[in-house]
Amino acid sequence: MSISSKLNSFWEYANPKKFLATTERVLPVFWILSAAFLAVGLIWGFFFTPDDYRQGSTVKIIYLHVPAALMAINAWLMMLLTSLIWLVRRHHVSALAARAAAPVGAIMTIIALVTGAIWGQPMWGTWWEWDPRLTSFLILFLFYLGYMALWEAIDNPDTAADLTSVLCLVGSVFALLSRYAVNFWNQGLHQGASVMRAGAITGSDTTEKVSNVFFFPLLVCMIGFVLLFIALVLYRTGTEIRARRVNALLARERVGS
Amino acid sequence: MIALLLRDLKLALRAGGGFGLGLAFFLIVTVMVPFSVGPESTLLSTIAPGVLWLGALLACLLSLDRLLALDWEDGSLDLLATAPLPLEAVVTIKALAHWITTGLPLVLAAPILGVLLNLSPSGYAALVTSLLLGTPALSVIGTFGAALTVGLKRGGLLLSLLVLPLYVPTLIFGSEAARRGALGMDISTPLLMLAGITAACVALLPFASAAVLRVNLR
Amino acid sequence: MTLTVSDLAIARGGVPVLEGVGFELQPGKALIVRGPNGVGKTTLLRTLAGLQPPLWGTITGGDETIAYAGHSDGIKPTLSVSENLKFWASVFGAKGIDAALQAFALTDLVERHAGNLSAGQKRRLGLSRLLVTERPIWVLDEPTVSLDVSAVQMFADTVRSHLSTGGSALIATHIDLGLDGDVLDVGPYKAKPKSLDDFDEGFL
Repeated sequence: MSISSKLNSFWEYANPKKFLATTERVLPVFWILSAAFLAVGLIWGFFFTPDDYRQGSTVKIIYLHVPAALMAINAWLMMLLTSLIWLVRRHHVSALAARAAAPVGAIMTIIALVTGAIWGQPMWGTWWEWDPRLTSFLILFLFYLGYMALWEAIDNPDTAADLTSVLCLVGSVFALLSRYAVNFWNQGLHQGASVMRAGAITGSDTTEKVSNVFFFPLLVCMIGFVLLFIALVLYRTGTEIRARRVNALLARERVGS
Repeated sequence: MIALLLRDLKLALRAGGGFGLGLAFFLIVTVMVPFSVGPESTLLSTIAPGVLWLGALLACLLSLDRLLALDWEDGSLDLLATAPLPLEAVVTIKALAHWITTGLPLVLAAPILGVLLNLSPSGYAALVTSLLLGTPALSVIGTFGAALTVGLKRGGLLLSLLVLPLYVPTLIFGSEAARRGALGMDISTPLLMLAGITAACVALLPFASAAVLRVNLR
Repeated sequence: MTLTVSDLAIARGGVPVLEGVGFELQPGKALIVRGPNGVGKTTLLRTLAGLQPPLWGTITGGDETIAYAGHSDGIKPTLSVSENLKFWASVFGAKGIDAALQAFALTDLVERHAGNLSAGQKRRLGLSRLLVTERPIWVLDEPTVSLDVSAVQMFADTVRSHLSTGGSALIATHIDLGLDGDVLDVGPYKAKPKSLDDFDEGFL
C-alpha cells in the first residue's frame, strides 16, 4: 500500500458514519482494556508496593496523580491537534473530538490538582502551595473552562468550531508562556517530573529517583489512563456526532416545511 | 486608518463613550484595598505594586466588551469588513484606540494611586515603565477576546473568562518588575520578558483577532 | 465592471438555503432581487459582498468593487452627519462629501448629531454613504425601509444617475423603483433537501 492511499484510508474515518461504525466496534475493547489495566495497576500500586522510606504510604497517591497530570496535558495537546485538523481540512469529526476531549481533560486536571493537594498536605504541611507545577495546572484548568464555555455559548456549530479552534491555538501559546512565567515567578518545592526521564528511573542523575518497585505499577496505571481517555473521547465524540445529526435533521425539517 | 483611529478616539471622548470609566474604576479599586486589608502602611507598601497592576488589569478588562460590540450592533463592522481596509488593520487600530483611551490614562494615574498605597519611592519608575510596556499587550489580547465574543448576547462574562487566563504571563512579568523595583532590585529581566510578550502580541495577535472576527461576521 | 455569478450555493446557520444561483450584472444595469421572506436574500447579498463564503460556486468581478448596504447603517449617534460621512469617505479614499449630501437632501442637517435624526433621515445618511465609496457595484438590502415617498424618489434618482455613469446595482426590495433592469426571483433556487439514505460531513 502506498503512503498516499494509506493516508486516504486514514481520512476516511473523518466521515461521521464510518467513524461511528468503527468506534462502535472498537469501543468495548478500550473499555475492557482500560478497566483491566487500571485495576491491575491500582491494586498492585496500593497493596503490593512498600511504603516510601521518607514519604510513608502517602506516596501511593502517585498512581492517580501522575497519570492524571499526564492526561491533563495530553488531552490539551490532542485538542490542539484536532483543532488544527479542523482548521486545515474541515473535518467535522475532528472539531467534535476536540469538543469531546475538553471536559475529560478538565476532569483529569481537577484530579491532578486534588491529588496533588492531598499529597502535598503531609509533605509540605499545607493543602495548597503556589508551587509552579500546581499553579500551571490551575491555569491550564482555567483554559479548559474558557474553551468549554465558548463552545457552549455559540449556537452555530461551525462558527463554534472555528472560534474554539483559534482559541485553542492561541491558548496553547499562552499556556506555555504562563508555564515559563510561573517558573520565573516562584521556584517551587515540587519534586521534578522524575518519571519520564530515563536518568531518573535508573537513578543516575538524581537522588529523587522513582525506583522500579514503584515505576512498573505506575506505568500500568498510565497505560490504563491513556486507554480510559481514548475510550471516553471516542464515546463522547460519538455522542456529539449524534447530537449534530439530530440538530441537522431538525434544521432540515424547519427549512423543508 | 488614521480616520478610524480619530473616529474611535472622538467616540470615546463624546458623551456616553465611556472614557474615564476605567480610570474611575482603577481609583475605586485602589481605595477599597486598604478597607479590605487594613490601613497598616508596611503591609500596603508591600502589596502596592501587585495591587496597582491588578487594578489596572481589571480596569482594562472592564472596557473590553464595548470595544467591538458597539460597531457590531450598528452594522459598522460589516461595512468596515467590506471597506478597502484589511480587517487586521481594523483590529490593530481598535486596540490602539483602546490603549490610548484606557491603558495610557491608567499608566499616568498609577503613580498618584501609588501614593495612596504607600508605594516605596524607588518603585515609581519601575511601576510606570512596566505598565507602559505591559498595557499595550492587555489591549491587544483584550481585542482578541472581544473579537471572539462579539456576536454573543451576554458576552461580557464569557469575555472575562476567556481573557483573564491569557493575561497571566503579562501580569506575572509586569507586577514582578514593579515589585522588584519597589524593593530596589534589578528589574531588567522581567521588563525584557514583558517587552517581548507585548511585541509578540502586537505583531501576531491581530491576525488571530481578524480571523475570528471574519468567522463572527459571516 | 461586470459581476458574474455562477452555480452559487449559500447556507445560513449551516443549512443550505439557495443553490444553483447564476446571473450576470453588467455596467449600467440594475438587478432587482425578489423572493419570499426567509428565502435567503440577505444571505445572498452578504455572500456577494464577501462577508461570508459560499458553499460552492464562483463570484467574479466582486473584489473591491462592491459597496454594500445592509439593514443597519453603521451610523454613530454621537457624531454629526458630516463627521459620519467624512469618516466613510476617508476610509474609502473619496474626495468630498458634498455631492452625497446634496443627493439625499442632507445639506441642512450637516451639523446635527446623528442620534437626533429621524429613522428616515438616518436611512438617507446611510444610503448617502454609497456615493462616497466610489465603487461601481452597489449591493443593497431593503434600502427603502423607513423612507417616505419623496425620499424613495430621491433614492431612485440617485441609483439612476449611478447607472447612467456606468455603475450597476443589485437591490433586494419589494417596491417598484421604476429602474431599468431585470428581476431575479430567487424562489426557484431554493435548496432542495438531500435524501436521507446516508449521512456525510454535513450530517445529513
